[in-house]
Amino acid sequence: MTLAAAAGLLGSGPTFTAAAETRGFLSPTGVEIAFLLVGLVTFGAAIVTVTTRQLVHAALWLVVALGGLAVEYLLLTAEFIAWVQVLIYVGSVVVLLLFGLMLTRAPIGRSPDADSGNRWAALTVAVAAAAALVWVVVDAFRTIWIDLDGPAAGSTEATGASLFQNWVLPFEALSVLLLAALVGAIVLSRKAKAEAAPPAEPTPPKSTPAPSPPAASTKPGSSPAASTKPGNPSAASTPPGNPPAGSPPATSGPAAPSEQEGTR
Amino acid sequence: MHLAYPAVLSALLFCTGLYGVLARRNAILVLMSVELMLNAVNLNLVAFDVWLSRTAEETLHSGQALTLFTIAIAAAEIGIGLAIVLAVHRNRGTSDIDKLRDTAERHDPDGPDGPGHDARTSGPAGEAQKAEATA
Amino acid sequence: MTTTTLAVLVPLLPFLGAVAGLLLGRTAPGFVRPLAVLPTLAALVLAALVAARQGGGAAVDAATELTPTGSVPIELALHIDGFAALVAVLVGLVASCVQIYSTGYLRDDPRYPSYAALVSLFTSAMLLVVYTGDLMVLLVGWEVMGICSYFLVGHYWETPQARAASLKAFLVTKLGDVPFLIGLFALATDAGSFRITRILGTVASGGLDHPTPIALLLLAGVAGKSAQFPLHTWLPDAMAGPTPVSALIHAATMVAAGVYFIARLLPVFEASQAAMVVLAVMAAVTMAGSGLAALAQDDIKRVLAYSTIGQLGYMTGALAVGDRGAAVFHLLSHGAFKALLFLAAGVIIHAAGTNSLAAMSRMRNLRDRIPDAYWTMTVALLALAAIPPFSGFFSKEAVLGVAEHVVTGHTEHEPAAAGWIVLVAALLTAVLTAAYATRLWLLAFRGRGAEAPDHGRQPLTMTVVLWVLAVPSLALGGFAFRVLPDWFDGRDLGPTLTTSVLGTGLALVGGIVTYAAWRHTTALAARVPLGAVAAHPEGDAARVEAEAIAAHEPAYGDIAYAPDPADPGRLLLGPLHRHAAAGFHLDAVYTALFVRPVQAGASLVRFLDREVVETYVRGAGALPRWLGTAVRRSQTGNVQTYVSALLAGTVVLAVAVVLVATGA
Repeated sequence: MTLAAAAGLLGSGPTFTAAAETRGFLSPTGVEIAFLLVGLVTFGAAIVTVTTRQLVHAALWLVVALGGLAVEYLLLTAEFIAWVQVLIYVGSVVVLLLFGLMLTRAPIGRSPDADSGNRWAALTVAVAAAAALVWVVVDAFRTIWIDLDGPAAGSTEATGASLFQNWVLPFEALSVLLLAALVGAIVLSRKAKAEAAPPAEPTPPKSTPAPSPPAASTKPGSSPAASTKPGNPSAASTPPGNPPAGSPPATSGPAAPSEQEGTR
Repeated sequence: MHLAYPAVLSALLFCTGLYGVLARRNAILVLMSVELMLNAVNLNLVAFDVWLSRTAEETLHSGQALTLFTIAIAAAEIGIGLAIVLAVHRNRGTSDIDKLRDTAERHDPDGPDGPGHDARTSGPAGEAQKAEATA
Repeated sequence: MTTTTLAVLVPLLPFLGAVAGLLLGRTAPGFVRPLAVLPTLAALVLAALVAARQGGGAAVDAATELTPTGSVPIELALHIDGFAALVAVLVGLVASCVQIYSTGYLRDDPRYPSYAALVSLFTSAMLLVVYTGDLMVLLVGWEVMGICSYFLVGHYWETPQARAASLKAFLVTKLGDVPFLIGLFALATDAGSFRITRILGTVASGGLDHPTPIALLLLAGVAGKSAQFPLHTWLPDAMAGPTPVSALIHAATMVAAGVYFIARLLPVFEASQAAMVVLAVMAAVTMAGSGLAALAQDDIKRVLAYSTIGQLGYMTGALAVGDRGAAVFHLLSHGAFKALLFLAAGVIIHAAGTNSLAAMSRMRNLRDRIPDAYWTMTVALLALAAIPPFSGFFSKEAVLGVAEHVVTGHTEHEPAAAGWIVLVAALLTAVLTAAYATRLWLLAFRGRGAEAPDHGRQPLTMTVVLWVLAVPSLALGGFAFRVLPDWFDGRDLGPTLTTSVLGTGLALVGGIVTYAAWRHTTALAARVPLGAVAAHPEGDAARVEAEAIAAHEPAYGDIAYAPDPADPGRLLLGPLHRHAAAGFHLDAVYTALFVRPVQAGASLVRFLDREVVETYVRGAGALPRWLGTAVRRSQTGNVQTYVSALLAGTVVLAVAVVLVATGA
């Protein structure tokens, strides 16, 4: 009760809460029904993702869950976020995960030991956490109503204006982070033995990321195509690095998937 | 739309991801579960941002901006995470989380010497990874 | 320099020599011998100077209080009267002789530096005891001597006999030192001071409240230090040490300290009739028992050790009849001839390669190998047997004369019973003394059988000091008995006719009977071959002696006894011989009375510790161990388990926070 009151105070004036009182859960609007259905699908897909015994299927169900989330974003009028979600998650992250599965020689088909012995403890913790969270969230926000009419809150224009008016510095800092992640991923996935033989190899990948962060900083504002930039930093960097190391196919494993992913 | 719908969905997705992180054996599946948790947070951010942009006079669209940042960071995380998993798989021949037990206490006959012994034995592996990281 | 400064330097010089010797012993071995000999010699010269300046006149008293020490002050005090001056000269002389002798005796010993430093320290401690006028300072010297004797007796610590003997010497003397310390405290509390002069003043004015307990407590310490019955058992065993150490301990320092202490505080003892009677009984038992035991010993040094105990009995006997002049006179002459006897015995052991009299009696011409030792030892044995005109005669007659005085009632406050006890025991001991002296001489120098081994001449340092000591042994008594009363209490120390005739006659009887017995048994010697000789006769004297001591028990079955039918002592003592050889089984009695109960107690404590206490300890350790095992199970190394626990805790905490926040 107090949580609800606090949230009400925090979020809005008393007039709005009075208006929200009129709306009940038993008479859902169309958007709500759509949200509920897509949410059920998303949740189901997520459940299957974490429980299935077929590892590749898990990745594919993850696509469903993430896509469902993108639809939810659309329903919440956050269209730019929705497209970014589709492009980065569905487009690149899941593909990256699939390649990771293959590179670690994950078995195709059912693997009986996909879950560890910790399963029941994990289930207990997860159910308890879900119960607590749902209880608290429902208790706190059951009276709060989002008015979805009017101009879209998450249109590309609104988002871009906000991003480049108020969030420029964090945005630039993010590009540095991505650069660091890029270099780190290359270093980590490189073969330790190959270090002695081609000492000249590290330099080309290092030189190539240099142009990419400026590109990342400039592009997102302009078009959705630029938003792939943060999603696949390693993809952008690897094509120049790959040809010199490409002669042994087995050893250049970690670099190969990102290249192909980058081509997509 | 009631704010409770996206909030509850977000909570459920988060706990699903939590279960996956705790219960999955394959490290890549754990990474997938982490993605689920991150997306649950994103949903929360978007929903509250939409609600706030309607009610407040002046907002910075902080929820959506942070969502974008989270997505970027998640992408970086998945890249680094996969690189680590690959390195581990290359070194150990497995990417099963419950087989990476270097921090476990060995049941050595010499009791008090055990932890030090462990530290010493696990030292080279850590060295190797560190050397790899700095190379 | 004033007499006080000189007197302070006397104990200080050997002490500094000891410190320097210990510090330089390893780095500068060349300095060790001068550092050992020169400070002691300088102390002797200074002590002689002090004696000359003091001259038997009024006592020199000086005191300084370094720091307040509570209700009973402790002062660095000097109290030099005629006793102190003369005893210090004797200590310096014997210590110098021993140091010079040791340079030859232990010439190849790798541990000589520490040995010499300890002897210096020992000398310094004894000089401190002699000169000090404060009982606490005296106790310091007293205990330092105990420690030094422990180290010196255990010099040959490679042999089990030496290890056991050093421990025994330390423990037995400490057994006496505990009551001694309590007695000192009681005395100081009664007198209100540790200063000897003030204590004597208190006694003179009758201010001592508990004279008997104090005197008896002090007597225990004296008995331990001066090897009086029943705490004498450490002294014969202390023969496991090197011969110069025996000479030092027996002649002038450690055992003399007890007698000297009583002489200093005689009025305290005289205040208690009971203490004087106890002292007399102690002296009598010691004298007679040690004489019998000495007659049965096979080890030449053990004969001398029991002889020392007996002569100390003479001194305590003189003290028991209230004459410290006679006691210290005998202390001086005995110090000279007993040091000579021990040092000569060291030469004999070296030359013969054995310490067994039985083995020596089967060697021909031993006396020709070592003429110096032969002649000086003869002198010393005559002095020991109190044959006129040797010095022992005069000092012993002084003791006998005093006892006779008491018996005939010429003195007032000494109990006549004490006089009778001392007189009878002393006359009996005179016979025994002459008997064992004769036996020693006959067996050592009149042996028959194989030719004695020839190891060449003895070192000059070892023979010269024999002659130096032979002079006082020969002449001290005759010249000193007229002069000494001026230094002492003024009582006449000259021999009286009755006791002289009686004592000398008895001594002659003892000697002649022993000679007759020897003539009777000596024919047997050839038939019973005996003898074990040191394995390395070419080594230095100390090595020969250590090997001889270590070989005695395996060769003869006992450390004190040899199955030699040719021994005149065996004939004289008859069935008593076996018991006398074992020191009248006093060690066995002590074993039954003290050692076994202590060992039983120790094993009981060990049992309690092992079984009872340990059980509790194990029990206390088991619970944490089980807990630890349980906790350790959770350390699986599985990160997922850890995270599960972490998140479960988080959920619980979050729920708790929510519940508290909502007031549910």
